[in-house]
Amino acid sequence: MGKAELPLHAPGTQVDKGYIGQSVPRPNAARLLQGRGSFTDDLRFPRLAHVAFFRSPYAHARVKKLDFSKARTQPGVIGVFDGRAVADYCKPWVAVLAHLKGIKSPEQFAIAIERACWQGEAVAAVVAESRTQAEDAVQLIEAEWEELPVVVDMEASLEGKTVIHPEFTDNVCFKREHDTGGVDDVFARADVVVEDTFHFGRHTGVCLEGRAILADYNAGEHSLTVYHATQAPHMMQDIFSRHLGIPEANVRVITKDVGGSFGIKVHVYADEMATAALSVMLRRPVKFVADRLESFLSDIHAREHRARVRLACSKTGEILAFELDDLTAIGPYSVYPRTSGIEGNQVVNLTGGPYKHQKYRARMHVVFTNKNVTCQYRAVGHPIAVALTEGIVDLAAQKLEMDPAEFRRRNLIADDAYPYTFPSGIKFEKLSHHKALDLLLKITNYAQLRTEQAALRKKKIYRGIGLAAMIEVTNPSPAFYGVGGARISAQDGATLRFEPTGMVTVMCSVTEQGQGTEGIFAQIAASAVGVSLEKIKVITGDTGITPYGGGTWASRGAGIGGEAVLQAGRALRSNMLDVAAAILKMDKQELDVRENAVINKLTLEKKIELAELGRVAYFRPDTLPMDFQSELTVTRHYTPRQFGFTFTNGIQASLVEVDPDTGFVKLLKHWCVEDSGTVINPMLVDEQLRGGVVQGIGAALYEECLYSPDGQLLNGNMADYLVPMSGEMPDIVCAHIETPTLQSQLGAKGVGEAGTAGAPAAVMNAINDALAPLNARVTRMPFTPERILQALKKV
Amino acid sequence: MDQAVVITLTVNGTHVTRSVLPRQHLVDFLRDELGLTGSHIGCEHGVCGACTLRVNGDIVRGCLMLAVQANGCRVDTIEGLSDSKELEKLQQAFHQKNALQCGFCTPGMLMAAQDLVRSKDKPTREEIRAHISGNYCRCTGYQAIVDAIEEVIQTGAIHG
Repeated sequence: MGKAELPLHAPGTQVDKGYIGQSVPRPNAARLLQGRGSFTDDLRFPRLAHVAFFRSPYAHARVKKLDFSKARTQPGVIGVFDGRAVADYCKPWVAVLAHLKGIKSPEQFAIAIERACWQGEAVAAVVAESRTQAEDAVQLIEAEWEELPVVVDMEASLEGKTVIHPEFTDNVCFKREHDTGGVDDVFARADVVVEDTFHFGRHTGVCLEGRAILADYNAGEHSLTVYHATQAPHMMQDIFSRHLGIPEANVRVITKDVGGSFGIKVHVYADEMATAALSVMLRRPVKFVADRLESFLSDIHAREHRARVRLACSKTGEILAFELDDLTAIGPYSVYPRTSGIEGNQVVNLTGGPYKHQKYRARMHVVFTNKNVTCQYRAVGHPIAVALTEGIVDLAAQKLEMDPAEFRRRNLIADDAYPYTFPSGIKFEKLSHHKALDLLLKITNYAQLRTEQAALRKKKIYRGIGLAAMIEVTNPSPAFYGVGGARISAQDGATLRFEPTGMVTVMCSVTEQGQGTEGIFAQIAASAVGVSLEKIKVITGDTGITPYGGGTWASRGAGIGGEAVLQAGRALRSNMLDVAAAILKMDKQELDVRENAVINKLTLEKKIELAELGRVAYFRPDTLPMDFQSELTVTRHYTPRQFGFTFTNGIQASLVEVDPDTGFVKLLKHWCVEDSGTVINPMLVDEQLRGGVVQGIGAALYEECLYSPDGQLLNGNMADYLVPMSGEMPDIVCAHIETPTLQSQLGAKGVGEAGTAGAPAAVMNAINDALAPLNARVTRMPFTPERILQALKKV
Repeated sequence: MDQAVVITLTVNGTHVTRSVLPRQHLVDFLRDELGLTGSHIGCEHGVCGACTLRVNGDIVRGCLMLAVQANGCRVDTIEGLSDSKELEKLQQAFHQKNALQCGFCTPGMLMAAQDLVRSKDKPTREEIRAHISGNYCRCTGYQAIVDAIEEVIQTGAIHG
């Protein structure tokens, strides 16, 4: 395979992309298929201690007394600790960011001191020789509690009659207003105004592997090695260093296999910080793995929004303005270090996103409640913004008696309008909404679907077709977190080392969580260097080895990490050609690397095998000219900076059948058209899109963390909290448009969140399309059979 | 309940004798006592299927069976069925079709899939979906998994 110096998207050129664009299987999948991966809980350590947490049974309560006397004497117990004891080893934190003006949150400790603010917040820890012994001892901790007033409803929280945190005068964590001006005037003069309120249930990621951390403190060198199921090893290295008081150079975070993350594993969790602190305190390795019940109580939750939205349009179907009022509840703390203000902020940024109206006003409040904390989970804010946008767009189309596809066609931003500044202030480099819509209508055979729908309605079979156009934040620049003061890298790096055998080792700061990062880095590196895929070995997830970088979040791995690998690969090839030129006594310009050998660029004649080049460079450099030194390890970094975010676009369609007697929704088919720029591996992209769609379907139909009025989680287990299973899921058709970003040579944008961003809206619109002839409409996710029957006034 | 019990069982073809507490689950026994960490623990209440194992030829939840109940039984895990190559075709198909992402559900998914491959001649796509509905995958969207199993069945593979 070859490669080229030009950008992969250079116009008018025939660029050999090598493996880029090929559906090759991931090399690292083989060990996982044999059950020979290394998930954090699979690691075995001598002197390993296990921690289990004593968690508050109340949503809000003062800890009057904790009695550890019985727990301490249990077999295998090494120690029992309260918040104060752990605080001596771990400084508390406050999760705010400077660019989220006015955001506030109380100080949070690794283990709560005196007061628990949600059911499940840890107030004590037991360390024992086995997890079983630790859990047994937790049962014997005796606590006296004084229950405090509980705020669970977000409207009540905003009203503020009961204030959760004594240091504040209200429950508002963050608020934002945005106004282009002229909104009232447009609404007053518009032919058509539609308005609705949408509710989004609180749900969570349900990674099959629970959160897992194994912290190993070495007192002899005052160093901490943390094996951590995290998406951001360098971010965690910084945090362990600062909060545990260990020099950053002495902290090493190693992330082996991670059993799903989806944003759940990119945050700082109090119980994980406590685990690391206990390792330092006890001077031995300590492990914590969240069991499933703990996961539901303490993994971040997400969503829980109430959004009122209005749309003004002309009678010819031209959207003139959007108005939004969003309210979201985040639990008692903003989550460190990314804050819990981001999802609401995204809703403000993204609402109305695909359309060309110029007037927009938004108001958004983020409030505290006594439920588990919420924070960034896959597609952060997008599912909310897309669903309320597309829901209200469909309502406008319905009112105008216009086909929803045609209504979108009239309003989507034109494909030649870029660069474009959207009324919320965000900037688009280049999107392809109209191409995407055209492709979707083609692959769905839209006209025929409508004909079938009409025919079936006569037989009282209620099918619905739902569309959802969207934009998606990917490849974030430092504008996301860095500008706000968070020590979270928007830059990533790749080191490529040419080995004496002709192999190339790639070390990259972006981590692998199953999405195929290591696989695509191998494809890019092989293509850039000029070697075959099996010559590449990829290492990620180790702060002691890889360059510094951000990790995996916000659909950034391919676009940012991939570009660093491409640049490093090209630089390595150039350095390899320097060596070849020295060995062959030829001009470097005459040479190229192809298929594991240096060739004459013009004649394609093979001049020297790479293994031979490696042998000479490493073992017989004495044969090279005195003034020549080979450099066969190179590092390159990349940060997107021209745009705050590299937006992508896409459009999805859902076909459902609703049974008006039972309220059940049958998903018949789902389509997803996505423009994620250069596609590196279509097979991986498609299955990631499908996985995202299925998580979005979960949000639309099944998933909700249900709380009682006194703040008790009612369905915190896998049997009662429903996630999509294979039997209910439809086949999902994916199609692509490739509009590469011109900011990088690779041209890749992100794709990890697209499915989750668009699917809830598409399913909602499909259900409402099915219900339309029955004069029913649903706007409260998840759309359970009960809610659909309520809309039909049958229950 | 606090008294250890000696059990003898055959794990991946090897006789194993251990002293275990009656309350220890089979999957914890395999992971913690034998170091067979390929069977994963996802929920510990029998829902997710990540710990799916084979006991005396039938698939079971490793988190719903006690180690003492496996006394005298033949237990097969992902490691054993990988080494014996019984799962080879399914593993190849999963690999070729990218029917896994994080890989945490994969061992259990393969055990469930192999159960179908062994027990039914020509299941439909819907039957495949139904058969693996006790195994959660949070990454893939299931489609590639269904495709991979369907391919193995259609190409008339293994009836182990």
